[in-house]
Amino acid sequence: MTHQSAGAAPARRRLTDVLFPKLSGTVLAAIFIATLLFGFLILPVAKVIYVAFVDPQTGGLTLQNFGDFFSSSLFRESFYNSFYVSAMSVVLASVFALPLAYITSRFEFSGSMLIQSLGFIPLIMPPFVGAIAMQLLFGRNGTFNLLLGNLGINIPFMEGLNGVILVQSVHYFPFILINLSASLRNIDRSMEESAQNLGAHGLRLFRRVVFPLAAPGYLAGASLVFIKVFDDLGTPLLLNVNNMLAPQAYLRISSIGISDPMGYVISFILVAFSVFSLWASFLLMRGKDYATTQKGGGGLSRRKLSTKENIFAYGVVILILLMVLSPHIALALLAFGTIWSYSPLPDGYTLENFSTMFAQSGVYIKNTLVYAGLAALIDVVLATAIAYIVLRTKIIGRQWLDYMATAALAVPGVVLGIGYLRTFNDFDVPLVGKPLASWWVIIMVALTIRRLPYALRACTAALQQVSISLEEAAESLGADRSSTIRKIVVPLMSGGILAGFVTSFATAAVELSATIMLVSTDQDAPLAYGIYLFMQSPSGRGAGAALGIFAVIIVAAGTLLAQYIIDRDRKHRTGER
Amino acid sequence: MTLVQKSAGISIQDLHLSFGSTKVLTGVNLEIKAGEFFAFLGPSGSGKSTLLRAIAGFGPRPKGKILVGDRDLAGLPPWERNVGMVFQSYALWPHMSVRKNVAFGLVEKKVPSNQINEKVEAALSLVGLLDYAERMPSQLSGGQQQRVALARTIVVEPDVLLLDEPLSNLDASLRVQMRRELLALQRKLGLTTIFVTHDQEEANTTADRMAVLDQGVVQQIGSPQMLYDHPENLFVARFLGTANILEGEITKADGGAQIELVTGEKIAIESSVFGDGNLVLRPQNIAVRQDPSASALTGKIVHREFLGAQVRYLVDVANTQMVVDQSHALDQPVLEVGAEVGLDINKKSGVFLPKKEVQHAA
Repeated sequence: MTHQSAGAAPARRRLTDVLFPKLSGTVLAAIFIATLLFGFLILPVAKVIYVAFVDPQTGGLTLQNFGDFFSSSLFRESFYNSFYVSAMSVVLASVFALPLAYITSRFEFSGSMLIQSLGFIPLIMPPFVGAIAMQLLFGRNGTFNLLLGNLGINIPFMEGLNGVILVQSVHYFPFILINLSASLRNIDRSMEESAQNLGAHGLRLFRRVVFPLAAPGYLAGASLVFIKVFDDLGTPLLLNVNNMLAPQAYLRISSIGISDPMGYVISFILVAFSVFSLWASFLLMRGKDYATTQKGGGGLSRRKLSTKENIFAYGVVILILLMVLSPHIALALLAFGTIWSYSPLPDGYTLENFSTMFAQSGVYIKNTLVYAGLAALIDVVLATAIAYIVLRTKIIGRQWLDYMATAALAVPGVVLGIGYLRTFNDFDVPLVGKPLASWWVIIMVALTIRRLPYALRACTAALQQVSISLEEAAESLGADRSSTIRKIVVPLMSGGILAGFVTSFATAAVELSATIMLVSTDQDAPLAYGIYLFMQSPSGRGAGAALGIFAVIIVAAGTLLAQYIIDRDRKHRTGER
Repeated sequence: MTLVQKSAGISIQDLHLSFGSTKVLTGVNLEIKAGEFFAFLGPSGSGKSTLLRAIAGFGPRPKGKILVGDRDLAGLPPWERNVGMVFQSYALWPHMSVRKNVAFGLVEKKVPSNQINEKVEAALSLVGLLDYAERMPSQLSGGQQQRVALARTIVVEPDVLLLDEPLSNLDASLRVQMRRELLALQRKLGLTTIFVTHDQEEANTTADRMAVLDQGVVQQIGSPQMLYDHPENLFVARFLGTANILEGEITKADGGAQIELVTGEKIAIESSVFGDGNLVLRPQNIAVRQDPSASALTGKIVHREFLGAQVRYLVDVANTQMVVDQSHALDQPVLEVGAEVGLDINKKSGVFLPKKEVQHAA
């Protein structure tokens, strides 16, 4: 009898475990994050896609909207233009990035520091801010063409699509530079030495060994540039190039209304294209993770440059840097200039634009700090949790958290904005008394979702570098899971978490695509939107440029600070070893 | 086609090399015969890898001469040296198949493509990997990657073969197998080979001769047995195997010689050299006596390790610890820690390293 009851009790306990499983903290966190991602990413995007296939009259499913889209010559032209601009931007961005990456990784070049610090500066300025300034330098009546005009030459740098291509490639080329440089640095010296040992050198060595090994990095950067340009709304809008897909979607929704199916069709095409290029780059890079650095290895060997080569290298580097920094130079001229029109340089210099800007845009600055700061904070918390759940737990379906969060990369800001408008317009927030779609929090949520993939990459990479034995050591010394996470994992990840925070913050602070759709009153507008408003009128440009300078300074200061902390963190850790 | 190599000797003459202001190699002189399997043995930081890389043409440019055959390589870039090197990490290019990896050097040498195929397949069958030609390096095991690296190097028929710690990335059982295969292959090809290692067992079992390096200086050159039996200095004595170093003075004594240790004991030995110095005694040349009364040295066992074929005792002799190995047999008692024992020293087995100028017997 005793045997029986002793046997029955565990069986019963097991049954209750099945019915009411004890949910551990990580499972609860996973469920919470999944719900969040579903509600604010999957659902709105699914809604947009669904509406693209719905007949606005009958409510039934149809392909008619797509027929309407492709029968319109404006939409066909927009489609072609978006594709053309994206491809050409990749080409031009490669022209900027390849020499810089090659020179800094292959040679002992004293200007490498210069490139590393100046090369990423374009990223910290919203491209549409530079767009207006670039027109003043390179436009039909800009500085260059006025000067060249004396020789009877006029180069249409900024005419129509050219302008978008130039502005976008100047802005986004760092993606290629960073990825390509990283993969060049990851090539172990022995890869190159063994080729030399077997008789290869110079350009042949580069073509047969070095470039193929770095190609995945290049492709990663190039596909990112392609998607970014394809999805970008702000730059074409400010340059008044409306015959592209993203501006068309915005214009349809903002002028005709959220029930117009064309906006949704375009959104579907944007998403499909983004997914396609991410998928294509994934296929291209599959099985080609060529990080070859071995213990004791350390990047490509660097050759000393002769004086002549050094001068040439400096010439190339300075020319490219001048080009990519031209938006900043022009922006500064615009911000400190009085009137700048039909002349190579402003008529005079003043600080007045800054006082106008400060008088009018305190609210934009405050909003930006709040939105981007909160978004980045939530991003790193979510990203750390997702990275931990994916890499360190056995929760079923954990990979899907990663996939869902990363999927945000394939969702253009315009699409997310439209999705939020459509999904949350009928959802009234208690106590606030307005729909969620027009509450300021939705802007912050959009930024959080859009920047989560960046933070996630940084946190995942950081966690991958934390050896699991460090955690096991803590656990074997009596630390439970939560205190292991608090005392071991998070401190060791701090560099990556901080890097994730900064990337998310910096890019969120200057994002316009989603916010332009979601800003319902000027009081809720962030800085990027403020700049957009200023830049609408020629008289506001000075103040808009001043606000742009302000944005650049905030973001640059944040980036430098973070870089400093990361470096200190790394030195600290390697010093201990 | 043939994979039989024209082999060349290597002569390194007064080689000096520094990284910036740090001297890494000082006055290296070496003669390696054609067809010889030669090892550079030394602890990490001894300069052995740097010396190997200098022969291949990597690293800072050294002063001095590196002759392969009668060609001075100093100043030539790596790709003009025709010196084959297998890297510690194998350095197979992950974006090329095994076949392409092996063909690489032939393509660089502009060998006609029909010959390339033939040579690649000959090299791959030599290392037993012909069936793996179309695989990618990431699909191979460590041992297979090593063979591909080897095939890739020998297929270009270099004048000499350099192996940088070739076995260090393999696990222990594979290491023994690979070192035998390496040696067999080297013998078959007759290719002058330099093998860098920090593992004396690897050097002992494979090398015809070896150079022991420490702090950038060649300490001694010779066959493994010669270096073990007749070390020329304390570093070599300690680095190769285990050695008891007894400091003292050798003087003539009745019918031979004796050493008077700094601790006072006198031990009879055979020596033609006299004066202050160190006596190097291998653990297996000392016998432990349970009865200490008849022995020159007495001490107490402080530690014991049973190693199977032998038992290793740590014996405290006047505050100096001596390592003594006794071969183990069923009828041999194993002594307890704490036992007082006598140590008998084989007269002929000590190597005396004089401190100052040598006083030869008249």
